[in-house]
Amino acid sequence: MPEPVTPPPVSGPAAEPSTAAEPTRPAGAPPEREFTVSERSQGQLVVRRFLQHRLAVVSLIVLAALVLLAYVGGALWKYDAGEITPDNSVAPSLAHPFGTDAVGKDQFAQVLRGTQISLQIALLVALFATIFGTLWGAFAGYFRGAVDGTLMRIADLILTLPLLAVAAMLGHQFGGTWWLVALVIAGLQWAYVSRVARGVVLSLREKEFVEAARALGASDARIILRHLIPNALGSIIVNATILVAVAILLETALSFLGFGVQSPDTSLGLLVSEAQTASVTRPWLFYFPGLFIILIALTINFIGDGLRDAFDPQQTKVRA
Amino acid sequence: MVAFTLRRIAISIPILIASSFVVFLLGTAAGDPLDPLLGRNPPIPQATIDAERVRLHLDQPVLERYWNWLVGLFSGDFGPSVKQNLDIGSEIFARFGITMRLIAFAMLIALVLAVVVGVVSAVKQYSVVDYSATFLGFLFLSMPAFWFAILLKQGGIAFNNTVGEQVVYTIGDASVPPPTDTFARFADIAGHIVLPTIALALISYAAWSRFQRASMLEVMNSDYVRLARSKGLSRRRVMVKHALRTALIPLVTVTALDLAAIISGAVVTETVFQWRGMGDFLLESIRTEDVYALQAWLLLTAIVVIGFNLIADLLYAVLDPRIRYA
Repeated sequence: MPEPVTPPPVSGPAAEPSTAAEPTRPAGAPPEREFTVSERSQGQLVVRRFLQHRLAVVSLIVLAALVLLAYVGGALWKYDAGEITPDNSVAPSLAHPFGTDAVGKDQFAQVLRGTQISLQIALLVALFATIFGTLWGAFAGYFRGAVDGTLMRIADLILTLPLLAVAAMLGHQFGGTWWLVALVIAGLQWAYVSRVARGVVLSLREKEFVEAARALGASDARIILRHLIPNALGSIIVNATILVAVAILLETALSFLGFGVQSPDTSLGLLVSEAQTASVTRPWLFYFPGLFIILIALTINFIGDGLRDAFDPQQTKVRA
Repeated sequence: MVAFTLRRIAISIPILIASSFVVFLLGTAAGDPLDPLLGRNPPIPQATIDAERVRLHLDQPVLERYWNWLVGLFSGDFGPSVKQNLDIGSEIFARFGITMRLIAFAMLIALVLAVVVGVVSAVKQYSVVDYSATFLGFLFLSMPAFWFAILLKQGGIAFNNTVGEQVVYTIGDASVPPPTDTFARFADIAGHIVLPTIALALISYAAWSRFQRASMLEVMNSDYVRLARSKGLSRRRVMVKHALRTALIPLVTVTALDLAAIISGAVVTETVFQWRGMGDFLLESIRTEDVYALQAWLLLTAIVVIGFNLIADLLYAVLDPRIRYA
């Protein structure tokens, strides 16, 4: 025969010991923590890991300096881009740090203006392509089946086309101004982003938190926008960063071929294209825009590498 | 394997058809072939323009034009060019051969370079070699292809001037007129291909070598490699015979996926070195708004890319049996 179970005391006495253990705790305050170390948010972890990546931090500083130089320096510099100075074809000097071209345009002012335009295009491409590609890929990965098949086949079709060639065709017809060039490039680049986003969402959608959200009655749109995309943000941000570098190279190549930014405005690619024939007689016209392209793309690639390490939860090399 | 091959080929056919439609629409969107005529001074008589419109089938609805174009393709007819006596088919295939020569050599060199650099970087992870290779890889990843090609071209010219003799050629895909005897002709083409190949290969290898490094590292940390080592096999033998063979497989897919990007790179490289290949054909067709020529160009590259992806998939299945039975 089992002994009769004595029911635990219901009121008063049972609650008494716990209050005795925490005598100083005022009513309503959170329970005292086991450890005195304060927790770090996900964002703080990422920032700390990123700061450990020395090359990425240096790159960030260099890139920030370049952006400042292009916008603030470009506004303050004594010559405007396209302004014709009395000196033509002079080598780099104090008056013209990057020299001048055959008609006397100050190459420093030109390069700064070209940097502005190239950066603007690249950022716009990354922004548009990332937003559109992420939504496209997320919906494909979330719904799977026929939706996935249709959406991804469309993306695959775009991926089979040589991007530069198609961009040149469309750029010839619709391009010219910088934001149109950006739209043309973004209209082709989103397909890459959608593949990445789909891959991440495909694995995330099986996680418990998605099941929990669905159990709570969240709609598909809410699950995608409020649960899946924020959790995929790490990969998306890394990808968007790399995309900026890719877009810079693509835009400059497009402008070099003559189907991107058109004169009288300028971009780094257009400057190299114009300097092509003069690269022996006036090498400064050729080297400086090229070096700026490399510097921008290189720093962005390193920042992307740093972000990849920072967002990677498996990263153990750096203690966060 | 036969079933897998057939299934994979069957998937390619609808992709090809869809691609031909996209290509046709893109070409149509890329310009109006009558535009250059309308802007001329003195103005061209309306009757001539109307005749040209009929000759280029522009009086037909787009879908009808697509169908006629598609049917024409099977008899080798790529449609009328804006240039009266240009046969798009024969012209584009001649140029295709020239460009493929460049792409094939550049890809071969890039692949060898990528595998060597990637594997050495992985085996000597976090060493000076690894860090230098990584930095160099990032540098080439950030290098504008046209800028690097011009740099090489200038280097070639300077080199020729120093030697006092034409050692490497910096302009064109072959001498005009070409040398008559076979050996000299071969040497001539080889001399012309050196610099563009180096330019395209170096621009392309970096992404693959990063990928190869990651793939090799992953395999090196797998259980079967550890087992091979613990059985007492030498490190060298394990790396070459066990790890490398597996680590090479993913590169097949990546190479195929990047083919479209390499074609883009070839367009730029050819432009710098003034080759009369696919790149020149493309740019010329864009400028003259030669819609049928553009469609032929896009279709040909799409077929190559889709075909290459098909081969890569089949090769992957041969190399990795898990794919076949999945």
